[in-house]
Amino acid sequence: MDLILVNLIDGLVTGLLLFMLSAGLTLIFSMMGVLNFAHASFYMLGAYFAYQISLALGFWMGLLIAPLIVGVLGAGVERYGLRRVHQYGHVPELIFTFGLALLIEELVQFLWGKNQMPYDIPEVLNFTAFAIAGNSIPAYKIFMIFISVGIFIGLLYILTKTRVGMIIQAALSYPRTVEALGHNVPLVFMGVFGVGTALAGVAGVIAGPVLGTFPGMAFVLGSIVFVTIVIGGLGSLWGALVASLLIGWITTFAKSYNVRMEDVLNGIGISTPTNLDDNLFRDFWTITSPQIADILPYILMVLILIFRPYGLLGKRDA
Amino acid sequence: MLKTTKFGVATALALVMSTSAAYAETIKIAFIDPLSGPFASTGTNGLHQFEFAAEKMVNEAGGVLDGDMFEIVAFDNKISPKESLIQLQVAIDQGIRYIAQGNSSGVANALTEAIDKHNRRNPDDRVLFLNYAAVDPALTNDKCNFWHFRFDANADIKMDALTDVMAKDESLKKVYIIGQDYSFGKAVAAAAVANLEAKRPDIEIVGNELHPIGKVKDFTPYSRKIVSSGADAVITGNWGADMLGLGKSVIENGFEGPIYTYYAAGSGITGAFGESGKDRIRLIAQGEINPIATEEARQMYIAFKEKYPDGNIDQSRIFNVIGMLAEAINEAGTADDVVAVATALEGMEYESMWGGKLFMRPQDHQLIQDMHVHVHTNEGVEFDYDNSGFGVVTESSVTMAAMDSPTTCNMRRP
Amino acid sequence: MTDQLTTDPAKPAQRMRAGSMSITLMPWIIASLLLLFLPFIFQANSAITIMNQMSITIIFALAYNMLLGQGGMLSFGHAVYMGVGGFACVHIMNMDDFFANIPLPLLPVFGGLFGMGLATIVGAFSTRKAGTVFAMISLGVGELIAACSVIIVAFFGGEEGISGDRTYGMPFFGVEFLQQIEVYYLIAFWVIISAALMYLFSRTPVGRMANAVRDNPERAEFLGYSARWVRFYSFVASGFFAGVAGALFAINYEILTEENLNLVTSGQILLVTFLGGVGFFFGPILGAIVFTLVQTVLSLQTELWAFYAGVLFVATVMFFPGGLAGVLMMHVPAMRLGKAKLLVVPYIKTLLPALIGILGLSALVEMVFHFRHAATGDHEMTLFWTTFDSHTLLPWIVAVVITVAAFWLMRMNMPGMVAAWHQANTVGKDRA
Repeated sequence: MDLILVNLIDGLVTGLLLFMLSAGLTLIFSMMGVLNFAHASFYMLGAYFAYQISLALGFWMGLLIAPLIVGVLGAGVERYGLRRVHQYGHVPELIFTFGLALLIEELVQFLWGKNQMPYDIPEVLNFTAFAIAGNSIPAYKIFMIFISVGIFIGLLYILTKTRVGMIIQAALSYPRTVEALGHNVPLVFMGVFGVGTALAGVAGVIAGPVLGTFPGMAFVLGSIVFVTIVIGGLGSLWGALVASLLIGWITTFAKSYNVRMEDVLNGIGISTPTNLDDNLFRDFWTITSPQIADILPYILMVLILIFRPYGLLGKRDA
Repeated sequence: MLKTTKFGVATALALVMSTSAAYAETIKIAFIDPLSGPFASTGTNGLHQFEFAAEKMVNEAGGVLDGDMFEIVAFDNKISPKESLIQLQVAIDQGIRYIAQGNSSGVANALTEAIDKHNRRNPDDRVLFLNYAAVDPALTNDKCNFWHFRFDANADIKMDALTDVMAKDESLKKVYIIGQDYSFGKAVAAAAVANLEAKRPDIEIVGNELHPIGKVKDFTPYSRKIVSSGADAVITGNWGADMLGLGKSVIENGFEGPIYTYYAAGSGITGAFGESGKDRIRLIAQGEINPIATEEARQMYIAFKEKYPDGNIDQSRIFNVIGMLAEAINEAGTADDVVAVATALEGMEYESMWGGKLFMRPQDHQLIQDMHVHVHTNEGVEFDYDNSGFGVVTESSVTMAAMDSPTTCNMRRP
Repeated sequence: MTDQLTTDPAKPAQRMRAGSMSITLMPWIIASLLLLFLPFIFQANSAITIMNQMSITIIFALAYNMLLGQGGMLSFGHAVYMGVGGFACVHIMNMDDFFANIPLPLLPVFGGLFGMGLATIVGAFSTRKAGTVFAMISLGVGELIAACSVIIVAFFGGEEGISGDRTYGMPFFGVEFLQQIEVYYLIAFWVIISAALMYLFSRTPVGRMANAVRDNPERAEFLGYSARWVRFYSFVASGFFAGVAGALFAINYEILTEENLNLVTSGQILLVTFLGGVGFFFGPILGAIVFTLVQTVLSLQTELWAFYAGVLFVATVMFFPGGLAGVLMMHVPAMRLGKAKLLVVPYIKTLLPALIGILGLSALVEMVFHFRHAATGDHEMTLFWTTFDSHTLLPWIVAVVITVAAFWLMRMNMPGMVAAWHQANTVGKDRA
């Protein structure tokens, strides 16, 4: 029972981290209709910048400055890259971000080399907050939870309660009309893109020390972010939250408990074939849940796309 | 930089040739390993060690035969089996007779089969495969062939030696085995179970599981299971980011015991573990670095650090590859007839500067050597890794590990 | 190898636009002759291996473009159809009795059928919608099958893959396919056959309707065509040819691994196709040739090849969304007007400095890289056949001066080129 609580906390951390990435991505998507493949690359840049800054000014300045740099870079990409490609249509836009992701990875390797960076948790947070039945919960994880919840609340407030938020929401659905009302829609687009990438940058800054800062970190996370926003429903902030937490908990629990395919199949009344070693499906029978934990979100996504193409909380067709 | 290194070697050779033997030739060794992409750091470091070993051990000592020089030609295989096969063909076309590769058993497997087929189909330009790091046991068992020589101990031998050491620890009651979900991870797990059962039946294996390779973002759930299983020790064959992620997460989440590993040193991993892994991480490997085995090795390491301040000699067997190949070529009296060289390599005994005697077992072309269990620490470290102050110190050794281990190899000789 | 640039470009694409059904065999004959005689020019085994790789990529890229270019479907997991076709063929190679009775050149048919089989299953649910839904399903399915490849060892052989021996097949008129050159002709034969079939497919009513559905699915539906079925047929056909490419891969390399299924391979074929140009039938062919050269030949020269490939790719998307084929086809109107020769001198005056500038820039990149990452004491580096010390000032000055001067020269000549371009396209400028 204790383990369940621990897993709930771990899953929450994973889910909230994922949310910080998917929140920005889903905003960008609903605005421009572009799946930004380079989104996870901005997450990586956040981690690397923060590492570089932390060498000189310490972790906290890294947390403050790195997301800003990433946000400015993101806005620049929108202004000088995406806007140019936009005229050619959606597929070239998507391919542009795809190429950008490759380029950023190469650039990071060029600048920082290919090894893992020794980017570490700050000393202040390097202690055990509390322990449940021998399982220690590091203080840093609590810190991660607070940061991401804070960001979610802030984002929700801005989007629903402020004038800027109203304009953004309106620009998401009816850009032409908003433009006709005298608002600078391209500027709104650029701003949202910048903020979205800055959010990814924050995620990178706080995830870098725990998940590792290395050139492959964007690729590891890359496609799972899309999966999240597709499951949640493209353009829905709440959907992104629900899907992130769902994925966080599903993968955590699947890894924590060794559920065997054999047991599941026996449970629903299919008996194990005799002489399993010669059976064509022998590997299928011996699958355990930790083995497939990280591909469960993909299965979920395909199922959702088949039966509910607009996602869990999405309003419009993808 | 490839071009640069090639040229660097070429100019060095040109200088040497003009001064010494006017008719000396170069013996090229193709180095086919990842030099770009996620595994490039391991590959590049390996390349540096090869170039350095060839330069110091052969070329500066006057070469082999009548002053023939070694030249390492680098090929980037991007750790892809397909690219490796293309680069193999390019290497063979350049007249290269010796292929060195180590990263990834998958690539090694593709290469050994391709080389076997090539040598059968083209008896005129046969090549030898010098495998310096791929440890899948199958390569010297079911899939062995005459052209393949392995200079590292295979996964089974390493586990045999590791469990010899573990068995002596009476306090050890519960062991958790975790690894990457592919052939090597499975081989490690199977060997660990079999060896522990034979040597210490009282040890309980409280967990034995596989996780997807290179896909796990967060190892916390696995660490939770390890901690709550009450394990005294963890055994893992993980490498690269998976090793670092698992190790850090296990330590962070409250695991107290030792972590027995295969590949938890060098390439940034030692640096990234730093203080947190002190006296916790142990790894099984060949070659003694701290304390260093011989004065020759000490000079070699110092010279290496002068040339590559950011590099590590974390694969000292590379020096054994060069040394043994040079000796075999001298013994065969030719570098062109690879069958003669291979025959000279078979059964060769060689004194390694990194400690101990080496023996190339003729039945399966598996090198038999001393194995050591190292501990990750910053005490008593003369040569650290990643300039972190931390390095590996030899804790215990097994001489001529698994000398009489069985092999299923059915060697077909030409 | 680059000669293929000039073989089949102009004519087929023109007809593609004009919609004429008449077929000139000329480009195909030239291409066939070229494939026939290339090995006499490039005799080395490695060159033949690279050409084989190119041909395989050509078929795969053409198959991919049946979706992307002709059907408007963006797939992120197309490698699995090629991979599964290839894996099936290796399994066939390993069925001794069965394999001994079929000649090797027929093997790609089986690969194609397996690729097609998988595409039929997946297409049944993935082609209901185009756009993002299709793209994300393809991503999910691709990731699933790639992940399964290390879990389901019985079929995929785990991480080390499965291997076979092509020479155990029934001898084909006495040829046992021991040598690379024999395999080359087998693959060349299949390149021509597959390319021709794919070209013909694009001429069929289904192929035509695929274009219509790509451009405006609603209108196509109103005309009485089911957009879904049209997409389904294209998808299945594309799966077949991807499977053929997989089979040829199996024959050439005799091994298939997880690499053949993963997202990296899927992403690469997207890059290849887009680089070549999705709007023209021959575009992917150009892309496959250029990309294989970059990957295999450039990577022998520099560690930074992937960086250059990334830059090339992003630049293509930003400035030439039509890809290489688009750039070539831009010149057709001028050629028709017989004014193409007006462009030659301005081109040389602008593009030559541009080329030098780009080389200068890449030299600077290489020097920075060498300065940062080379071993201590290793100051010497070689670029463009000159050796120098990267830690002294002179080479940097030289490189910067050359680069800046070249780009300045390019800018100076740019207006001239633009003017010449307009002049060359003035009369009868019926389309931009």
